[in-house]
Amino acid sequence: MNDNSSIEPLWRAAHGRTGDKGNRSNISVIAWDPALYPLLVAQITESAVAQRFAHRRPARVQRFLLPSLHAMNFVLDDVLDGGVNDSLNLDSHGKALSFLLLDMPLQVPHELRIHLAGTTGSPTTKPHPKETPST
Amino acid sequence: MSKDVLRVGCAAGFSGDRTDAARPVVDALIASGGPSVLIFETLAERTLALAQIARRTDPQLGYEPLLDEMLRPVLADCLAHGIRIVSNFGAANPRGAARRIAGLAHELGLSVPRIAVVSGDDVSGASHRDALNDGLQGALAGRDLVSANAYLGAEAIANALIAGAQIVVCGRVSDPSLTVGPAMAHFGWAADDWDRLARATMAGHLLECGAQVTGGYYADPGLKDVAGLARLGYPIAEIDLNGQCVITKPAGSGGRVDEHIVKEQLLYEVHDPAAYVTPDVVADLSEAQVRQVGSDRVLLRGVRGHARTDSLKVNVCCASGWLAEAEISYAGARAEGRARLAADIVRERLAGIGPLRIDLIGVSSVIADDAGHWLEAVPDSGATDVRLRMALRHTDRAQAERLAREMVALYTCGPAGGGGVRTSLRPTLGTLSFLMPRALIPSRFDFFDPQREGAA
Repeated sequence: MNDNSSIEPLWRAAHGRTGDKGNRSNISVIAWDPALYPLLVAQITESAVAQRFAHRRPARVQRFLLPSLHAMNFVLDDVLDGGVNDSLNLDSHGKALSFLLLDMPLQVPHELRIHLAGTTGSPTTKPHPKETPST
Repeated sequence: MSKDVLRVGCAAGFSGDRTDAARPVVDALIASGGPSVLIFETLAERTLALAQIARRTDPQLGYEPLLDEMLRPVLADCLAHGIRIVSNFGAANPRGAARRIAGLAHELGLSVPRIAVVSGDDVSGASHRDALNDGLQGALAGRDLVSANAYLGAEAIANALIAGAQIVVCGRVSDPSLTVGPAMAHFGWAADDWDRLARATMAGHLLECGAQVTGGYYADPGLKDVAGLARLGYPIAEIDLNGQCVITKPAGSGGRVDEHIVKEQLLYEVHDPAAYVTPDVVADLSEAQVRQVGSDRVLLRGVRGHARTDSLKVNVCCASGWLAEAEISYAGARAEGRARLAADIVRERLAGIGPLRIDLIGVSSVIADDAGHWLEAVPDSGATDVRLRMALRHTDRAQAERLAREMVALYTCGPAGGGGVRTSLRPTLGTLSFLMPRALIPSRFDFFDPQREGAA
């Protein structure tokens, strides 16, 4: 982190939703503003997401880019402990998993901070002054 | 967009959805004055197997249990205004659902509508047994088969509507086909008009989860606020003759339709966006765009289509054993430590029984994995209001029952201050999926005959 950027939780730059089919989860990551999309592509990579979900032992993590939607789609294989019929998890669909992904840290240059949504407060972020919501 | 628009309203996104959703959608369709269709999507992966079990106990059952509640408030108006109804609420017994709809029309003093029943999805019978065994490569051996159903496409639905059906009752069809079928029938598209079929497929995809595209499942207070979630408007797609659509909702209803919400739903349950495979087409979202074109109106464009595949997805459900769950609460100083000790005690008592999941509700209960890697890495946080949950699966009911007994015994044998034990034991279903050659699964429709088949 240098003087011209700060670490923010991903949910300030993007939103998303989780879907499931069998033992496979897909999580969309959609930029709040087109200006933030290149940051997502550069930093929220397949390997970073695989690391984030390491405790669930993903067999494979794939990322699909949708530049015309300023969005990415992650597909995580074998992360649902068998899926809705076999998992012991209360959330056997893995519906909450988007919130694990959206709490990843993102380095944001100061000139792009104006495009962020919400205010800080995530445990993944280092303390810094509160901001006014941009929405 | 062209003036020739077909409106498709969706009043249910799953079995268990709000049953009062249809009224405002139907009012909006009537007010629009144009050709329109009402769909109900009520059949998730497991729902059909549960319906099959219901049918085993009573051959009249096996269709959507809330059918009456969904249809009764709007059936008369739909028939009076030419709004056709298309749904998979037939589940494991589409003919039973048709019989019930005929009965409902009779109770409401209406003449019995022309109801088409789509069939061909059930591949559990003897004629498909070889294909099932081939597809599952022996995985069926020794298992109790509950259901096997192929995801049918839109053609039988379209043909039924062209033949004059006022209501089309399906079992398993792909969810977007509920929208593609009416669009094919209305605009006269060919079954290989891939671009148009793909666009209508994505319109159907946006509709198929009901309020998830109108602000449901989106709200996150302070960051993603949505007004009126208690009176959410369900979606309406305005589809033009090229398949392009605008998503909107009834005026004055709760919720919102904006670009961000539509994007979330567009990618929901999608894997490779360049190849979203349905029975009707392979849709390609690579170049898709969404654009706000009015208040609560979002246009989807840029979807392309490729030729459909030669196979259909088949879901097979088998009885798989028992799920046991049990919980106990601890509060006050060192509550988390006492909950963790309780888990250790039960784990020791049940040693060797198989995988046992441990959750500390209030500390870690959702993101964690069944194997416990996550929880192991979380030190005692000093939480003072913790509910221990444990869960296991077993093929043998007597073994599964041991979890409940051990949890109850913590009242006298466990850590101090444990209370509020609840236990449950449920039979479980396992699902297997594979692709079956399309040629083995002909779909068809026929009209329900109330004279011969009666009304229930």
